[in-house]
Order: sequence, then C-alpha cells, then structure tokens
Amino acid sequence: MTDLLYSEEEEALRAAVRDLLTDHCAPADVITRAESGAPHDLALWKLLAEGMGLAGLLVPEERGGQGASAREAAVVLEELGRAVAPVPYLTSAVVATEALLACGDGELLGRLASGRTIGALAVGLHSAPDAAFATVRVENGSLHGELTGIADAAAADVLLVPADDGALYAVTADTVAVTPQPSLDLTRPLATVTLAGAPGRRLGDAGPAVRRALRAAAGLLASEQLGVADWALTETVRYLKERKQFNRPVGGFQALKHRLAQLWLEVVSLRAAARAAADALASGEDTDITVAVTQAYAAPVAVHATEEALQLHGGIGMTWEHPVHLYLKRAKADSIAYGTAGAHRSALAGLVDLQAP
Amino acid sequence: MTDAGELRRRTQELLAAHPPAETERLDFLRARFDAGLAWVHYPQGLGGLGAPRSLQTVVDAELEAAGAPDNDPRRIGIGLGMAAPTILKYGTEEQKRRFLRPLWTGEEVWCQLFSEPGAGSDLAALGTRAVREGDGWLVNGQKVWTSSAHVARWAILIARTDPDVPKHQGITYFVCDMTDPGVEVRPLRQITGEAEFNEVFLTGVRIPDAHRLGEVGDGWRVAQTTLNNERVAIGGMRLPREGGMIGPVSRTWRERPELRTPDLHQRLLGLWVEAEVARFTGERLRQQLTVGQPGPEGAGMKLAFARLNQEISGLEVELRGEEGLLYDDWTMRRPELVDFTGRDAGYRYLRSKGNSIEGGTSEVLLNIVAERVLGLPAEPRTDKDVAWKDLAR
Repeated sequence: MTDLLYSEEEEALRAAVRDLLTDHCAPADVITRAESGAPHDLALWKLLAEGMGLAGLLVPEERGGQGASAREAAVVLEELGRAVAPVPYLTSAVVATEALLACGDGELLGRLASGRTIGALAVGLHSAPDAAFATVRVENGSLHGELTGIADAAAADVLLVPADDGALYAVTADTVAVTPQPSLDLTRPLATVTLAGAPGRRLGDAGPAVRRALRAAAGLLASEQLGVADWALTETVRYLKERKQFNRPVGGFQALKHRLAQLWLEVVSLRAAARAAADALASGEDTDITVAVTQAYAAPVAVHATEEALQLHGGIGMTWEHPVHLYLKRAKADSIAYGTAGAHRSALAGLVDLQAP
Repeated sequence: MTDAGELRRRTQELLAAHPPAETERLDFLRARFDAGLAWVHYPQGLGGLGAPRSLQTVVDAELEAAGAPDNDPRRIGIGLGMAAPTILKYGTEEQKRRFLRPLWTGEEVWCQLFSEPGAGSDLAALGTRAVREGDGWLVNGQKVWTSSAHVARWAILIARTDPDVPKHQGITYFVCDMTDPGVEVRPLRQITGEAEFNEVFLTGVRIPDAHRLGEVGDGWRVAQTTLNNERVAIGGMRLPREGGMIGPVSRTWRERPELRTPDLHQRLLGLWVEAEVARFTGERLRQQLTVGQPGPEGAGMKLAFARLNQEISGLEVELRGEEGLLYDDWTMRRPELVDFTGRDAGYRYLRSKGNSIEGGTSEVLLNIVAERVLGLPAEPRTDKDVAWKDLAR
C-alpha cells in the first residue's frame, strides 16, 4: 500500500525550506507586502527556486529539473502553506509545469524548472480538474480575449493560454495586459489577462494538459492546506497556554480543550490524506479517487482550522496586525481553488459508483 | 536472535510433528504454544521465543497456508489483549505458568471486572472492597459492562483494599475465579435487545493471595498496562476500501436506486470521504508503528470511528425509508462475539451508539488528547489528596 510516511530525505527537505522561510518570510512582512502593490515576494522566490532548486522538483533531470516527485513537492507546499508564503510555487512549479509535461514541451519546461522563468496556466483558479474552462479566440494566427481569475498572473513571465481551437499556447507576459483583481487571498492574488492580438506558440492539446495540471494541483493543494491548518492549530494551542482570563490559562477550559482536540484529529487525518494524494500522484496508482477524496476532505478542514484559530484568539484574531487573517483568507480561497469539496465529491460519485438519484 | 528464516523452520517442524489434518485442534494449539510459536515476542517457555513482535506474521502466514487451526482470537480477545500482557508484566513465575497457556489456547476464557455502576469514566473511584482474611481476600461489590462473564473461567479484577488513602493508591489487582460460589452473573440487556454484556455481583468471593497481581495498593498502576493494551487493540485493524461501516450502506445505495434522494447522496458522499480518510489515518498509524515511531494518532482513531460508525449507520436507517421503520429482531440473546457491522441497519445504528462510550468515552478521550498530545492544562482536580472514603458519591 501507499507509503504515507515522510522519508529522511523528505524531512531534510522540509527542515531546509522551513529554515529559509523562518529567516525570509516573517508574518509581519507578508502583511506589509500584501498591500504594497507588489504582493509577490520575488526575492524569496529566487532563494527557493534558484537557490534550492525547488522549482524543478517535478521535472526529470534530463529536462533540466531535479527528477523528484509529487511527494517532495508536497513537503515544500506544506511549508509554504505554514508560512502563507507569497510565492508562485503551486501555480508555476506545479500547475504550469504539469501542463508543460503533458504537452511534452522541452524548452519552456527547462526554464520553469530553473526558476528563472515563472509560468502561469491561464485557467481560472476556481476550475475543477474535469470542469469546462474559458478559452480565447484564435484570429489570423494571434490570440484575442479576456481570461479572469488567473492566480499569480501578475508574477508570471509566460502564460499558458487555452484557445478555442483546442490548443494550449505559450504567450509572453509583455504581449498581454495583466490587471490585478482585488482578491480575497492577499497572498495568492488573481488577475485578469487580456489578449488583443497577442502572438502565441502552440504547445499541444489544451484539454489533457489542463486536466493533468489541475488534478496535480487539487491533490498537492491538500499539502498546502495541511500546512495552513497545522499552523492554525499549533499557533492557537501556543496562544491558549499563554493567554489568561479568570485567573487561569484559557487553554485549560474544557470547552476549548475539546475544540482543539477535535481540530487536532482533523489535522492528523488531513496529514494522512495529503500523503496519500501525494503518493498517488507520484506513483500514478488510484490517483483520481485519492485526489478527489483528499481535496474533498482537505478544504473544509483548513477552513475550520483557521476559523477556530480566529475565534479562539478572541479580539486579537480580528485585527489586521495579527497574521491569522492571512491564513483564513488563504484557506477560504483554497476551498474554491481547483474545485470545491462539493465538486470533488461529485467527481467521486462517478469514480466509485455512488451515482446521483 | 531469532529471525524470519528460523521461525519458518520451527513452524515447519511443528507442522511436520503435528499435521493439522490428523491432529485434534486443542492438541495442535498446545503444541504450538509449547513450540514458542503462539506469540513469538513472549519469553521462551511461555508460548514465545523472545523474537520481535513483527515476526509473528511470518508464523501466522505459514500456519494459515498449511490449514492449521487458530485459537479463534475474537472469542478470547480480553484474555489475549488485556489479561495476558498484564500477567506477563506483573505476574509471578507460577502465575504465568498457570494462566498463560490455557488463556492462549482458549481453553479458559477471561473477562474483565473493572467498571462499576458508580465508577465509569472515573474508574479509580471504584468501590468493590477486598478485605484480608487469613491468607487470602474476601471480595464484595458489583461490576458492570462485563462481556464474556457468562462463559469466563477467570477475571481480571480491581478492588479497593484501602479506603483511607486517596483513590488511586488504595486499589489492588487480582485474578478472580469466576466459578466461585459468590460470583453471580446476570445478563445486562441493552438497547439493541440483546445482552452482550453482564452485571457481575461479587458476594463474599474468596481470592487466595497467590492470585494477586502486583503489590497491594499498586493496582491502579497494574491496570494501566491492561488499559493501554485495550487502546492498542482498538483501531488496529487494517481494512480494505469500504471495509468498515461504509460498506453496507454503499452497497445498498448501488442496489436500490429507488431509495436515492439528492440530500442522502450528498451526505453519503461526505461520509464516504471521511471513512476513506479514516482508513488512510489508520494505515499511517500502522506504518509509523512498523518503523518504530508510534504516533499519538491512536487516541484519535477511536474518536473518529465512533462518530463515523454512528453517522453512517444513522444515514443507512434513513436511506431505507419505510424499511428503516422496522427492526430485524428484538429477541433477548447473549452473543459470544461482538459484531458491529452484523445484522440490519437498525441494529448497527443502535449498537454503534456504544462506540463513543465503551473503552473510554469520547469526552474523556478528547481530554486525553488535549492534555497529553497538545499539552493543555489538566482539569482542576479536587479528588487528588482526599481519602477515597471521603469522596462525594
């Protein structure tokens, strides 16, 4: 059966990423940056992608990557989630990379793997793996149209754009208009991409590429959600041991202890599910069912964890200054990203033969 | 060091000397015990070889392939899972030699006399008294929720030997002879209609001091070995997909399209997801144990399964609609085996209500997780330094 543990190498990778984020991704700086007009931390991206080589984990060595697997990428995403790091890792190193792997494109894949080029798949963040997606028009060999809800487009150097001829095109960012949309998640902002006769290079068929990319995204997003939920639980437990009311630590009240114990159980379960999804993506075994189960479970847990964190922090949790809102916003946006829990449950109904009435 | 090859060789020797097809079941089980292949991690002479526990699967696989009889472990679960590890840890040489062999072969069934009407979650408040009399003890009191009491030869018993000290300090652990004339077993009928458990009344029961396990007054510590092993036993099973309570309702859904509604569909899918994730969680716990990193997940598994079993079986009763209004059989029976997924949906619904009460209520388990795993402050204790006889009751 599936290996649900972390290997020694995976634990070493986690430690290295966590150390880097501890030094370079302080919560106060993330809050400041969110309102700066340049919400992505490209210096941090450089350290992660170029310095540590993490952008190429999913890319084979002969194509310029690290030749690792979804298991290692999942560990990186756990740590990025724990820090709500504003870097385009999921969107470039997972989603755009998986789309390029599906298309068999070598040149662009190598550039994304190096981290020196950031890519974004121009499909709305809310799209589930098997859902229809918007396309642009191909007219006289150039691309026309508007695509909304594209995560991390503002940081991208190249966009992978699905068109109405059924193909996926590589379009360089300086030939399109990217307009940031005010986004619920401050650390993974969306943008509108407008193409007015932009030139594109045909990569391959859009359908299978988008499906593969979004399935990997839905599965690995669970590891990010695990990082988010684990931060919320750990930070709330820490705070409730310190915070005193009625001459006692608040964490000693049974009503709150039970809520935290319940949350712990959810996080422990999410860890097993996230590992199962990462392993299924790495091995290619039982992948559709495992990803659907995991994402249907992960989204509500991450939302619940961050909502509990806010409530149990009391008034301080409601302030802009405290980072809990960054996690709540990420968790809530993640619950829509790459398909809601309901969308994944519906997919499951077909996969395990529990058909609708 | 006994390795897998050595165990395979010894198992084949046993099979050659006692061919299963030509050997009485009990004779084979006794021979297996004497060959040290009963539980290989136990010491030599007590059914084991001092080998790593993980190698038991090597022996079991060889024996199963040869069609050898087993000791029907589900029938003697309390003996195997709870009494045996406690006897092994705290018993005298004589006690180990007397009790372990017939316990393992199933010749002698064991039960557990712990819970009382006045001591459930607060087990250490128990009031069954054991008073010294000659070279033994005289026991009076009442125990409850005792499965297998009506078929048991022996019981593990905790009783109060000193009411003048705080409750945890005045308890002693005994082996009680269930054939003693002072032992009366009455079936305890439960909401399912059957009596899976018993009440046990102890009136002037005599226990020789040679049947005491551990020191006088040390019974609470001895009982921890029993209770820790109970938690290892719960949630330790490996299940295939749809192997638990979600299986029957999923099959009903597939076979009976006329029962389907959109509301039930959404709830079924949600529970299917949770059941599958619980399976992953249990599997991850087992993998951690295998590589010697026991995680705290065990405490959580029982919580998760209790809630899931209740919600899933409740959904199935509702799914069955008009049939859900019926019940298969209210006849009072005394089943020897507990089968959570046996019988009809209505039975499963009612039986699973006990899952969040037996073996530690969900509320107590949440406290344990909060305090031992998350390190949150313990509940305020007003009973710690008070003599048992002065406690409120």
